[in-house]
Amino acid sequence: MAYDWLKGIEDHYDIVVIGSGLGGMTGANVLAKCGHKVLLLEHHYQLGGLATWFTRKGGHIFDISLHGFPIGMIKSCRKYWSKDIADSIVQLKGVRFINPQFSIDTTFDREDFTRLLVEKFRVAAETVERFFTDLRAMNFYDNNQETTGQMFERYFPGRDDVQRLLMEPIAYANGSTLDDPAITFGIVFSNFMSKGVYTFQGGSDVLIRKMTAELKANGVEIRKHVGVEKILTEERDGARHVTGVVANGRAIRCEAVLSNANIKNTILRLAGEESFTPEFVAETKAVRVNSSSCQVYLGIRKGEPLPHIGDLVFTSDEPVFSSEKLVDLHTTSRTFSLYYPDTRPGSDRYTVVVSINAKYADWNALTPEQYDAEKQRLISESIAALEKHIPDIRGKIEWMEAATPRTIERYTRHWAGTSFGTKFEGLKVSMDLPKQLPGLYHAGSVGIIMSGWLGTINYGVIVANQIDKALAAKKRTAMASA
Amino acid sequence: MTKDDCKKLVIDIISDIAPDEDLSAIKPEIRLRDQLQLDSMDFLDIVMELRKRHGIEVPEADYSHLASLESCAEYLTPKFAAKA
Repeated sequence: MAYDWLKGIEDHYDIVVIGSGLGGMTGANVLAKCGHKVLLLEHHYQLGGLATWFTRKGGHIFDISLHGFPIGMIKSCRKYWSKDIADSIVQLKGVRFINPQFSIDTTFDREDFTRLLVEKFRVAAETVERFFTDLRAMNFYDNNQETTGQMFERYFPGRDDVQRLLMEPIAYANGSTLDDPAITFGIVFSNFMSKGVYTFQGGSDVLIRKMTAELKANGVEIRKHVGVEKILTEERDGARHVTGVVANGRAIRCEAVLSNANIKNTILRLAGEESFTPEFVAETKAVRVNSSSCQVYLGIRKGEPLPHIGDLVFTSDEPVFSSEKLVDLHTTSRTFSLYYPDTRPGSDRYTVVVSINAKYADWNALTPEQYDAEKQRLISESIAALEKHIPDIRGKIEWMEAATPRTIERYTRHWAGTSFGTKFEGLKVSMDLPKQLPGLYHAGSVGIIMSGWLGTINYGVIVANQIDKALAAKKRTAMASA
Repeated sequence: MTKDDCKKLVIDIISDIAPDEDLSAIKPEIRLRDQLQLDSMDFLDIVMELRKRHGIEVPEADYSHLASLESCAEYLTPKFAAKA
């Protein structure tokens, strides 16, 4: 008989959290600290969602998510996790751009970008100042229809080089394009420009282990290898409510479900169309999922050092930036994440993770033979591109492999293998969910702004607050009628 | 509960949310945001802590009442009184 991964759990919890991405884990932690009984379920054998890692023989450890986030993570980790986790956050100072239009080194903050835009790109200082100040004042609830591309034209007309400097790194961070709402760019870009790019010293493995310890200390019951198959609902007083989930074939009752699964998976697969009005189902189906990513993982042989060529290196052979070209199957645009030994103190190892934006449809259309061949091409093109910066890299590589949108689909179950959640309209559907089906909440990567390391952590807290509020009201009603 | 007691409870909460801020010289009538490094997530934390510690619910439409220490006291003191 197969091992029972749910052995010993209780029949009823206040909240069941589906999925252990950063939004799910943070929501679970906040709710547990509010005194609720929380069960966290993860279908994979490892926690973290896309904030995860894997190991390979030879002592290689590879982090999945791009190791760069805004300084706001320090505050959020301190408030919603622990001082210890917050204290492990360090700045990445070596951000580089290398493309046919320019080659620059930057600390990726407002001060340094102002210097670059004025001195190197010859933009008027007052334009730069106005651009940063206006972006800083943007709010997600602003009713502004302007796209990012239109906004760039307003401040920097005809300057496709400036556009590339501003857009390319954000496109790697969250999959957004020039056609997405300007506010999505403004909010994310301003967060980065505040103080630069940061990462966790110790790597994703240490981070997720610390978070797991914190969850356990706060009383969260965590179960891995447990896939949720169905969200259970019941009709009460003429309205449908969430009553539990079915996971690994077993029913678990609860007052509320916090789904950290993709929003379309949550509504269309887990709860099912029958739980909603046809209008809401149509609105959900109309939500566009974002593009996805490929990655190439290069493990350097023990004892072989790499020169310091930067922490995050944005490279491209494209003559100008294009959102379409960036996700093309044959794109030449790649981000190199360099992991030096100080990433994981005590380690003497170097690794390189190459991130490439991609479309799921391109990869899903391939036959098994084509798929293997395309992965090999991805690896050899990435190594060839890296040789321009580290000429003797090829001989130092001990382990190489590639991941594609299909890999992401397999490990995260994300709708259409997206690595960046949904376009802007997904945020409204996510936020409207508890009104449509009481007891069901969603905190996952949606709307571009609720995406990435910081966006998902904060969104987990925002939704945890709504759940806590609803459960507190429910308790008050129960006490009043008792 | 007096308004001064109420202000003290709010300051207790803020000191936990923003441990690095100096709260000794807060001017009650000035917006908290203009004196401290507080963002919208911090205000959400104040709402959560009011619920957790004191069983007080601040509906989203009333968040603007939390702008300054004075407006907090004005808005929250009757809520504390209603609970007592």
